[in-house]
Amino acid sequence: MKKLIVTSIIAFSIYACSNPGSENKDGSSQSKVNKELTADGNPSYDPKRGEGKFENIELPATLDVAMAQSGKQIYEVKCASCHKLSDERLVGPGWKGVSTKHKPEWIMNFITNPDAMIDQDPELQAQLEICLVRMPDQNLSDDDARHLLEFMRQNDGVQ
Amino acid sequence: MKLAQSTLVAVAFATLFGGINACKPKSAGTAVSGNAAEKVYVPPGKYDEFYNFVSGGFSGQLSVYGLPSGRLLRVIPVFSLDPEKGWGFSEETKPMLNSSHGFVPWDDLHHVNMSQTDGEIDGRWVFVNGNNTPRIARVDLKTFRTAEILELPNTGGNHSSPFITENTEYVVAGTRFSVPPDNSNGDVPINTYKQNFKGNVTFVSVNKDDGNMEIAFQIETPGVNFDLSHAGKGPSHGWFFFSTYNTEGANTLLEVNASKNDKDFIMAVNWKKAEEYLKAGKGKKVPVRYAHNKFDEETHTASSEILKEVTVLDSRELEGLCYFIPCPKSPHGCDVDPTGEYIVGSGKLAALIPVFSFTKMIKAIEAKDFEGTYGNIPVIKYESALHGEVQKPGLGPLHTEFDGKGNAITSMFVSSELVKWNIKDLQVVDRVPTYYSVGHLMIPGGDSRKPDAKYVVAYNKITKDRYLPTGPELSQSAQLFDISGDKMQLILDFPTIGEPHYAQAVRAEKVRDNSVKIFKIEDNKNPYVTKGENETKVVREGNKVHVYMTAIRSHLTPDNIEGVRLGDEVYFHVTNLEQDWDVPHGFAVKGADNGELLIMPGETTTLKWVPDRVGIFPFYCTDFCSALHQEMQGYIRISPAGSKVPLSFSTGTNLPDVDVPAGQ
Repeated sequence: MKKLIVTSIIAFSIYACSNPGSENKDGSSQSKVNKELTADGNPSYDPKRGEGKFENIELPATLDVAMAQSGKQIYEVKCASCHKLSDERLVGPGWKGVSTKHKPEWIMNFITNPDAMIDQDPELQAQLEICLVRMPDQNLSDDDARHLLEFMRQNDGVQ
Repeated sequence: MKLAQSTLVAVAFATLFGGINACKPKSAGTAVSGNAAEKVYVPPGKYDEFYNFVSGGFSGQLSVYGLPSGRLLRVIPVFSLDPEKGWGFSEETKPMLNSSHGFVPWDDLHHVNMSQTDGEIDGRWVFVNGNNTPRIARVDLKTFRTAEILELPNTGGNHSSPFITENTEYVVAGTRFSVPPDNSNGDVPINTYKQNFKGNVTFVSVNKDDGNMEIAFQIETPGVNFDLSHAGKGPSHGWFFFSTYNTEGANTLLEVNASKNDKDFIMAVNWKKAEEYLKAGKGKKVPVRYAHNKFDEETHTASSEILKEVTVLDSRELEGLCYFIPCPKSPHGCDVDPTGEYIVGSGKLAALIPVFSFTKMIKAIEAKDFEGTYGNIPVIKYESALHGEVQKPGLGPLHTEFDGKGNAITSMFVSSELVKWNIKDLQVVDRVPTYYSVGHLMIPGGDSRKPDAKYVVAYNKITKDRYLPTGPELSQSAQLFDISGDKMQLILDFPTIGEPHYAQAVRAEKVRDNSVKIFKIEDNKNPYVTKGENETKVVREGNKVHVYMTAIRSHLTPDNIEGVRLGDEVYFHVTNLEQDWDVPHGFAVKGADNGELLIMPGETTTLKWVPDRVGIFPFYCTDFCSALHQEMQGYIRISPAGSKVPLSFSTGTNLPDVDVPAGQ
């Protein structure tokens, strides 16, 4: 009798596990499933900060020109293929206004930890439905990320 | 309650049936016991315990399998062209296949030996040999790519290779076919073999920091065939042992004529003595030509250099350098046990396995206990060096590995079985059939000082009915046995590529964590690198057109190229701007008599294309990279020779229409 119960439990679990899969036949429904998970499953995700190693980035009011210059060089090698400096979308959205739209820690977390953020962040998931290309992890160091942020600030008029 | 009873009955039946079944003679289908599946099961998403590096034989490549699953993880191109990876097709990799005979697109990759430190596999490099155009290659396990290929002069075919010393001081080579030395007159009658043909073994030094190989010295020997070899270890470190056959000196119908002698030899080389002779200037500098090819991971580009001299020591003149130990009937395997004391010769035509003692060999040399000389080299008396013989082990002993618990396992080609025997008392303790006709066998670390004897793999020469038929040609068949208990237990068949000769395996953690994921774009020193899209360009130099192109999900830049003419040679230098693991891009252009490019993240690779007609030619990314991979494409326009269409290139802009209409 015990055996029967065990078998039933196993059978039920298999059924239960296969259920979400059957609703997810094509790749495009992937993001919807993720969105649901985010809404119900991970309340700890902070959409203002994002997820990654950066907590509170204090920014000076004025621009660090050397840092921004270094950020520009990184941009040209690793980012410019997909992002324009205007607000026009290429592969990904243009960078105009990005530094005022998002908190600095969100930006630095996203560019150093894109995969985890794309899986959880509601805005990034909406963006993915438009762009259809996941932003690649371009293997940026912490300094690279900070310098890029400074270049974004320069692009947004910080002096 | 009723249910429980019927279950009991069913269990009893199953046991009974299983019991009857187990009593039946073991055929190919039933040799596997009940828990085999459990032992080889690696759940989805989990890693194998061992990397298994398996020679690809006449494919010329090195394959990598996971154990115990038998899953193919990778095929590393070494000596043969691989259009899938652009190996030998891209401009950067072509020099790797250069030799003194020019570009050689294929070889027969026989044996595999992994680098060792203190007699233990260290997981840094895998060495492999090319048997046809004699070469040794070094594969770097950070990138799983061939880093270096060294050709061997004075060598007819490199077979007894690439075995290494216990600190990877040397990797050796030995000629399978004796030939007249390279700088002698080779235009001699073939039947002057005994007079004009010489044997040769090569000691290649390996730089302990970067692995760079260099021929340290060669030893010229009487004309015999060298088959396999292994280095001494522990107390026998400083010696190297090579099996020989055709001591008859036959030059025709070797099947018969090289099988006449009751005993051939194991040649013992005192390489420490060779170093002394070398220092004392006893080596002779000999003019030769051989290629040394290296792949530079900073420029992602290979270079090939032809070297012109080698130092040769003469085994017939330099006392104490070489000794012959008689060994029954054309020995193949020549294997040294983990303690370094016992040397096992596997006479492939013999009905016994001789085991020699290093201590006894040294005593015999000191006592000059010789039965004579062969080609002026002392021949030690068989009994004086012999520890003992394994009697009636099976037929056709080929190769022996060790379990580190006092046992050896020998492959038996003719009787198609693995035979486990005790080294000390020479008694057979277990035997198990293989399907079919096993050649080499492999225990992880089984030729080192520290075997990791959980498994033995048999690499079989004949496949026949093991898998679904695929016409006359079948893949090769490997079989995995659990040897953790007293009995060897067959747990898995898996197909392999080419013809696996030797293989090696190492615990995954010794290699896994050093694996490179990307090449940093900042460190890319390829002369044609394009670091960012604003550096893309098309440059004409006479009839050569250089396209500096970038690839990133999901476009190529430039993707519209015009002003190229018939008669031009086009070089697509494609830089992959990605910096994420497992995002290579491919590149191919219509009509190219060439392979594709497969460009790793941060790497630059070049495809040469000579257009053969006027028209529009599409090019595209061949390796699925993103949802918009199918859009990752471009066009190059080829105009007639002498056309005035200006050179132009762009991405994302339609250039103004200033051209003459088509057809004019």
